[in-house]
Amino acid sequence: MKIAVLSGKGGTGKTFVAVNLASVIKNATYVDCDVEEPNGRLFFEPELVKSTEVNVLLPDFDAIKCTGCKKCVEFCAFNALFFIKEKPKLFSELCHSCGGCKLVCSNGAITEIKKRVGVIEEGFHNDIKVISGILDLGEISGVPVIKQAIMQAMESENVIIDCPPGSSCSVMESIQEADYCILVTEPTSFGFHNFKMVYELTKVMGKKVGVIFNKVEDLYEPLEKFCMENSIPVLLRIPFLKDTAKELSKGTILCEKQAEIKNLFLELLKQLGGAISN
Amino acid sequence: MSSPQSDFPKTKGGIGMIVIIPSEEDKITICESFGRTPFFLVYNTENQKFDFIHNPAATEQSGAGIKAAQFVVDQRAAILITKRCGENSGEVLKEAGIIIYKAEKQILKDLIEDFNEEKLEPLLRFSKGFGVGV
Repeated sequence: MKIAVLSGKGGTGKTFVAVNLASVIKNATYVDCDVEEPNGRLFFEPELVKSTEVNVLLPDFDAIKCTGCKKCVEFCAFNALFFIKEKPKLFSELCHSCGGCKLVCSNGAITEIKKRVGVIEEGFHNDIKVISGILDLGEISGVPVIKQAIMQAMESENVIIDCPPGSSCSVMESIQEADYCILVTEPTSFGFHNFKMVYELTKVMGKKVGVIFNKVEDLYEPLEKFCMENSIPVLLRIPFLKDTAKELSKGTILCEKQAEIKNLFLELLKQLGGAISN
Repeated sequence: MSSPQSDFPKTKGGIGMIVIIPSEEDKITICESFGRTPFFLVYNTENQKFDFIHNPAATEQSGAGIKAAQFVVDQRAAILITKRCGENSGEVLKEAGIIIYKAEKQILKDLIEDFNEEKLEPLLRFSKGFGVGV
């Protein structure tokens, strides 16, 4: 079972849920796909860490072999190439490393060179395998790092995927292999707005979903109504507790310290069992 | 043609060059966007001929500015007059040696007139792109 934890809005508690859920599952694998801010490792403090570099391929042009036919420039769907002073040039941040330009070049003027964009760290916290995707500073797209992080987790049986916030390409990449999506939201109008966006994404991708309301103080009716009308199971309501938040900010895995929080997540696990077997 | 832009002001002698301005659908006013403008006004100062050409980049998912800049380069333009321009397009245009002027007025005709009278200022600020498709 591969479970993705996601939310439209940042700071709703994705990592809190993902880390604690992983901590109550035997031999779980936790994958941090929030590659711009991979914070899961701050909680797990994994040991025996192995690092693997993530590289992408970028085209390189041989000015002598290039005849200036511009086929590569016309082919590029992302307009990462332009043609100037009789030769093609690359905007590397727009390149999706598809290799198409190399394929359409009939003069063999294009080769591919490796470029490092990030690193994957794999380690252990007790019986939990912790995989963190870490994007290099200044890189625009986290997708290649996410792809490799997920690939490293594919062999494991029970995988918790901690997604980046939002509903863009990086989130799509993160949930692609997931069997089930947990949407974390705050019961506020801002939280609700962004929740609807991710919910739509999971629907487009044909995913099974459940929702967790986090930091609950009051009932937010529009959200309740929306979930009821769309038959989205509410898996858990986590109350807003100041002391819990304080403890969390120290990097504590709450399930390891607080029995009431552990009970909440054991309850969630039970709920998931029900929701998933349906 | 009886449209108001049919008599663009004439250049006072000098060598001919191509001037390009992003144009709205009405072919009278400048478009706020460079990369996604529906048309480009392509104006030849030598014979005062002009043409409105569809922007091939208008509906691109990614890198519209770059493709639009490529269009300007391929037209062998010397001058671009625009309200704004992104960093990437700016890089392409600068590399091709195209001079970019800032458009303060709305009407294409007025802009050509200001260009001919050397009243335009160079565009100095290049905006960050809106939608890099990642």
